[in-house]
Amino acid sequence: MSVIEDDERDSASYPGQRPPRASVGSHRIEEEVFGKAYDPKTVRRIWAFVKPYRLKIYLSVAAVLVFTATQLAIPLIIGWAIDGGMVAGGNTTNLLWAVSAFAVAVLVNFGASYVQETQVGHVAENVLFDMRRAMMARLQSVSLSYMDKTEVGRLMSRLQGDVNSMQEFLETSVISVGDLVLLFGIVIVLLTLDPWLGLLTLLTMPILFIVRIFWLPPAKRAFWAAHETNSLTNGAMAEGINGVRTVQNLERQQVNLDLYDDKAYGNLQTQLTGSKFAQVMVPIVDSLTGISMATVVLVGGSLVLNGSLQVGVIVAFLFYIQRFFDPIRSLTMQYSIMQRAMTSGRRITEVLDLPVTITDKPGALTLGPEMDGSVEFKDVVFGYDPKRAVLKHVSFRVNPGETVALVGPTGSGKTSAMALVHRFYEVQGGAVLVGGHDVRDVTQESLGEQVAMVLQEPFLFTGTVLENIRYNKASATREDVIAAAKAVGAHDFIERLPGGYDSQLEQRGSNLSLGQRQLLSFARALVADAKILVLDEATANIDSYTERQIQKALEKLLEGRTGLVIAHRLATIRGADRIIVLQNGEKIEEGNHDQLMALGGLYSRLYNMNYASFDDIPDELVKQANARAAST
Amino acid sequence: MPTLKAGRERSRGDARAHVAAVHSGKGQSPLLRITMFSLRHYWQAGLAIGATIIAAVLQLLIPRLLGQAVDQAQNILVTAGEGAEQALVWTAATLLLVSVARGLFTLAQNYFSESVGHHVGYELRLAFYDKVQRLSYSYHDRIHSGDLITLGLLDLDGLRMFFSTGFIRTILLTVLIGAGAYMLLTTDVVLGLLALSFVPFVAWRSSVAQLTLRATWLVLQQKLSVLTRVMDENLGGIRVVRAFSGQKHELGKFDAASKSALHLAHERVLVRVKNTSMMTFSFFAAMGLVLWVGGNKVIAGEISVGTLASFLTFMTILQMPVRQLGMMVNSFARADTCGQRFYGFIDQAIEIEDKPGAQPLAVGDGTLRFENVHFTYPGANHETLRGISFEGKAGQTIGIVGAPGSGKSTIAHLIPRFYDVSAGRITIDGQDVREVTVESLRRQVAVVQQDTFLFTTTIENNIAYGDPWAKETKIERAAESAQLHNYIMGLPTDYGTVVGERGVSLSGGQRQRLSIARSLVLHPAVMVFDDSTAAIDAGTEHRIRSAIRAYSSDRVTIIIAHRLSSLMHADLILFLENGEVAERGTHAELLAQGGRYKALYDLQTRPADDLDHEEAAQ
Ligand SMILES: Nc1ncnc2c1ncn2[C@@H]1O[C@H](COP(=O)(O)OP(=O)(O)OP(=O)(O)O)[C@@H](O)[C@H]1O
Ligand SMILES: Nc1ncnc2c1ncn2[C@@H]1O[C@H](COP(=O)(O)OP(=O)(O)OP(=O)(O)O)[C@@H](O)[C@H]1O
Ligand SMILES: [Mg+2]
Ligand SMILES: [Mg+2]
Repeated sequence: MSVIEDDERDSASYPGQRPPRASVGSHRIEEEVFGKAYDPKTVRRIWAFVKPYRLKIYLSVAAVLVFTATQLAIPLIIGWAIDGGMVAGGNTTNLLWAVSAFAVAVLVNFGASYVQETQVGHVAENVLFDMRRAMMARLQSVSLSYMDKTEVGRLMSRLQGDVNSMQEFLETSVISVGDLVLLFGIVIVLLTLDPWLGLLTLLTMPILFIVRIFWLPPAKRAFWAAHETNSLTNGAMAEGINGVRTVQNLERQQVNLDLYDDKAYGNLQTQLTGSKFAQVMVPIVDSLTGISMATVVLVGGSLVLNGSLQVGVIVAFLFYIQRFFDPIRSLTMQYSIMQRAMTSGRRITEVLDLPVTITDKPGALTLGPEMDGSVEFKDVVFGYDPKRAVLKHVSFRVNPGETVALVGPTGSGKTSAMALVHRFYEVQGGAVLVGGHDVRDVTQESLGEQVAMVLQEPFLFTGTVLENIRYNKASATREDVIAAAKAVGAHDFIERLPGGYDSQLEQRGSNLSLGQRQLLSFARALVADAKILVLDEATANIDSYTERQIQKALEKLLEGRTGLVIAHRLATIRGADRIIVLQNGEKIEEGNHDQLMALGGLYSRLYNMNYASFDDIPDELVKQANARAAST
Repeated sequence: MPTLKAGRERSRGDARAHVAAVHSGKGQSPLLRITMFSLRHYWQAGLAIGATIIAAVLQLLIPRLLGQAVDQAQNILVTAGEGAEQALVWTAATLLLVSVARGLFTLAQNYFSESVGHHVGYELRLAFYDKVQRLSYSYHDRIHSGDLITLGLLDLDGLRMFFSTGFIRTILLTVLIGAGAYMLLTTDVVLGLLALSFVPFVAWRSSVAQLTLRATWLVLQQKLSVLTRVMDENLGGIRVVRAFSGQKHELGKFDAASKSALHLAHERVLVRVKNTSMMTFSFFAAMGLVLWVGGNKVIAGEISVGTLASFLTFMTILQMPVRQLGMMVNSFARADTCGQRFYGFIDQAIEIEDKPGAQPLAVGDGTLRFENVHFTYPGANHETLRGISFEGKAGQTIGIVGAPGSGKSTIAHLIPRFYDVSAGRITIDGQDVREVTVESLRRQVAVVQQDTFLFTTTIENNIAYGDPWAKETKIERAAESAQLHNYIMGLPTDYGTVVGERGVSLSGGQRQRLSIARSLVLHPAVMVFDDSTAAIDAGTEHRIRSAIRAYSSDRVTIIIAHRLSSLMHADLILFLENGEVAERGTHAELLAQGGRYKALYDLQTRPADDLDHEEAAQ
């Protein structure tokens, strides 16, 4: 092996350029944001969430109709007040009537808008939370093989962004029912007031539609691009936040800032384009309003001259025209809200429909504490990718009360095997039996309660030390928690924390050392009080002395329980009743320490290497071990 | 290949200049600061302001013209002359013209103010990102990543939009309401007062409502961030949740967080609706009054129908801006709170920074020295490290052992200045690490962290993370040394394989080896392996170590490990206990001492039965 000769970083070979092997944020692009505006399947699914509140929805639709009616009536009343009450000398009684009618209309308008908006607002909030909960509930049972492939951030954007756009849609959709009615109402009123003038005024409408036909496709694209670059930029930001320690460790700040700059700048461009498209409609609508108003003034004026039109009608017309484009404008907006909502709805349904490949059988058994605690692998075949097996025909049995160790080179499938005990994944061949039952025949919940795990990667929740150790074992008392902490030797350091057991842990327990985190996650598994305890490298980050203390404490605690222990430090597993050696997904050796040492296979080589000095190991032995392990 | 051309073609200021601009104006109130910052885009801001004023004036002309038209239409009957009709044509033409112009200027107003907002947003984002990357470990220890994300999304947005929703709107509303009121009052005082009677009420109500909403919004945001945290940790810690069948427990946490947020959300709906309904009502009530009083005036011949019509139209026009007063107030309040938080973050002192005049680290023979180093974590109630001293020369290896929490990782974190020592000093070739530039220091110190973090990108990009210019051969060599090459080549897309979030699709040992490879690409003077072979079997570890030996002749290597075989050949071994060096020496010396190290060694090498007998005998 050659020593690194190129001392300098290779940046010199790419002057003034972005590094070739660098990116910030993931590059996966969200599915299209603006899809169809109406998709019956999605609508049906969304409706299922709205249905429980349908009475409120009906009520608010009724309210919106009343509201629209008063909106329509007000200009009419004004026109009437002018024609009947003011022109030609005036008529105070008529004026009084008109004003009273106006007052009534206003009161009704007030009531209706109040009812409509509160009802819709509440329903929209409820639906938002219901949807989010439904998704969360679903995600709790979706198989890990899906979750492994999915970034948390992506799911979070569905749990937050997508439900928000559904909420927005619900809030506005009832209003747009009103808008639609208002639009038709105005058309009808205009045509009844004066068919000719009405028709002339409405001539601008087709123009608007034609303009929109040309405007829509590029605008859609622009809005979509703006949305996409925005979420890419946000994704890069989130990555920068989560990985900040590594970024500083590897001194990547400068490079990352440049790369982020590229993304943010690209986003700026698409946002500006989006703004252009959104705003270009403003002068068009305003011009059309101007044309309509000018028409009314011109034609209306001459009609007044003919004596076929009254001035009040002109006033009403002018009022209506100003009103006329409001619903069109908000319906246009509603259209894109609806498109977005459909896409969001589709994404939400996608989550809701995620295949739950691992389900309880009908009539699945409940594993109780009375089960014997045996674990058996029968000719198990498993691979994350079915084409590439990680475990190949593995068979072994762990008897009740036994402690069995699983050893093997890294990547040989130990963690995967333990995941199968818990039925995180489904086997492709053979079967995994717990307490004599195929794991597929028992309920997952009871299985989880009887198998406690210390995972290779300790994960702690934000919250106190106590909450973390107790986790979901609500019946565990403070004393239980303290006893577990004492057993794993965590009590002392917990007591030394500023708040003892009630100290708040930071995110993922970052204010503890890794070994301490591991101890807490170990204690958590003890508190779970399960029949089977799986320790996946539970003491890898802990010194042998502390480990020894734990082992001694556990001896009493785990009497009669089954233990499955994975460890690379072979000293950890000397106490095991039996040792199973995995290599490349195959079980190659099994027996107790002495038997395996006598066998002189992989285990004995690993064992020797474990404590012998490197130079003491004959090159011969190293070569052999290398050859055997190289394939992993 | 990735976009190499990207940055150079476009003409724009340097990212760092933007960042510096955001930092200027420290100490100003957030509103002033963001306004000054937005106005830096002077030509766009100027256009936006000019267009706003013109658009507002044009908008005010429309009711006038309409009123004029109504009067002219009515007069046609009286005069019935050519002139009247011509006047109407003129009015119509002007109306059309004014409408078109208003549209164009509104377009300019909206576009340019949004454009300022987007540019400001772009610059704030850069500054935010930069700051996140620069703030030292101790800051990130305290803050939850979800809160930072909220800061970078919501607070930044509130600030960015201030120009269009606060500043420009203020100008618009001042012109509209001010000039409008003047026009109304000069036409007819009584009617004008009546027409404006709803303005103070609505302005007051909507401001109060918006401020209430603002206050509850802050509470709601906190509740939502709890909810976000619950969801985020549920998904991030999914294996723990599944392992303990904690689904119900998690949904319980979710429901609790969700319920209190929902409750508040309902309250907010009520506040909002009550106010909009009241505002609309008061507007219509004023309109009714104008209609009644104005109608009587028309009958009395004091004013024309056209004047009344223009009053009524004007009121419809005024309704929108008056309602917007509330939004304006809200925008101010929002920008103020968001600004306080955002600028509070931007102005955070960076604990670990270059001293003025700091020089790059000059590595000579590469000697690392700890001189009586003490360290206490911020907020901790006891010292984590107490009087640590040792020295390592290039080519030497230093081993550190000790119980969890004894301070091993802390030592590793002090060398590249992730934290600063509380007392004593750390030097490399005689230069105090606090006296040299941080960048040069960190390039010379590579730490393979105990807590492996991998990025959701390809294996290749992950290995090249510290040196993205690295050539392919170099990456492969690093992977070979870390004993990962064979595994990678066995994958369907070898080095192009994406490792999944935080490397979920790898085994624990593979993750660690990837992170070792990532450091082997670098060429530091000090290399620290913090418990980085814990998840690797002894055979593989041995091969890694012999491969690394080739690199280590000209650097100090620090190995933190629990497996003594990993560090028994070190030139110096420190046995750490409660932040103090309890024993030191070479492996042989320590064994001879017969102290704690020896006990540890025995535990790892002798069969358990022996130990039990021994302990029983004692
Ligand atoms: N979630 C996953 N998706 C896809 N592949 C995976 C996943 N988890 C593990 N693998 C692959 O399966 C193989 C076995 O991994 P496993 O985690 O079982 O190894 P291990 O024996 O526990 O190793 P270590 O000692 O390094 O922890 C590895 O090659 C790994 O890359
Ligand atoms: N970010 C932090 N904030 C406050 N205290 C911390 C922080 N990190 C570590 N500590 C505390 O400092 C002490 C030393 O931690 P350190 O990580 O150096 O231990 P360690 O020797 O590396 O242990 P391990 O073997 O578990 O990795 C521990 O008591 C730990 O709780
Ligand atoms: Mg593993
Ligand atoms: Mg540590």
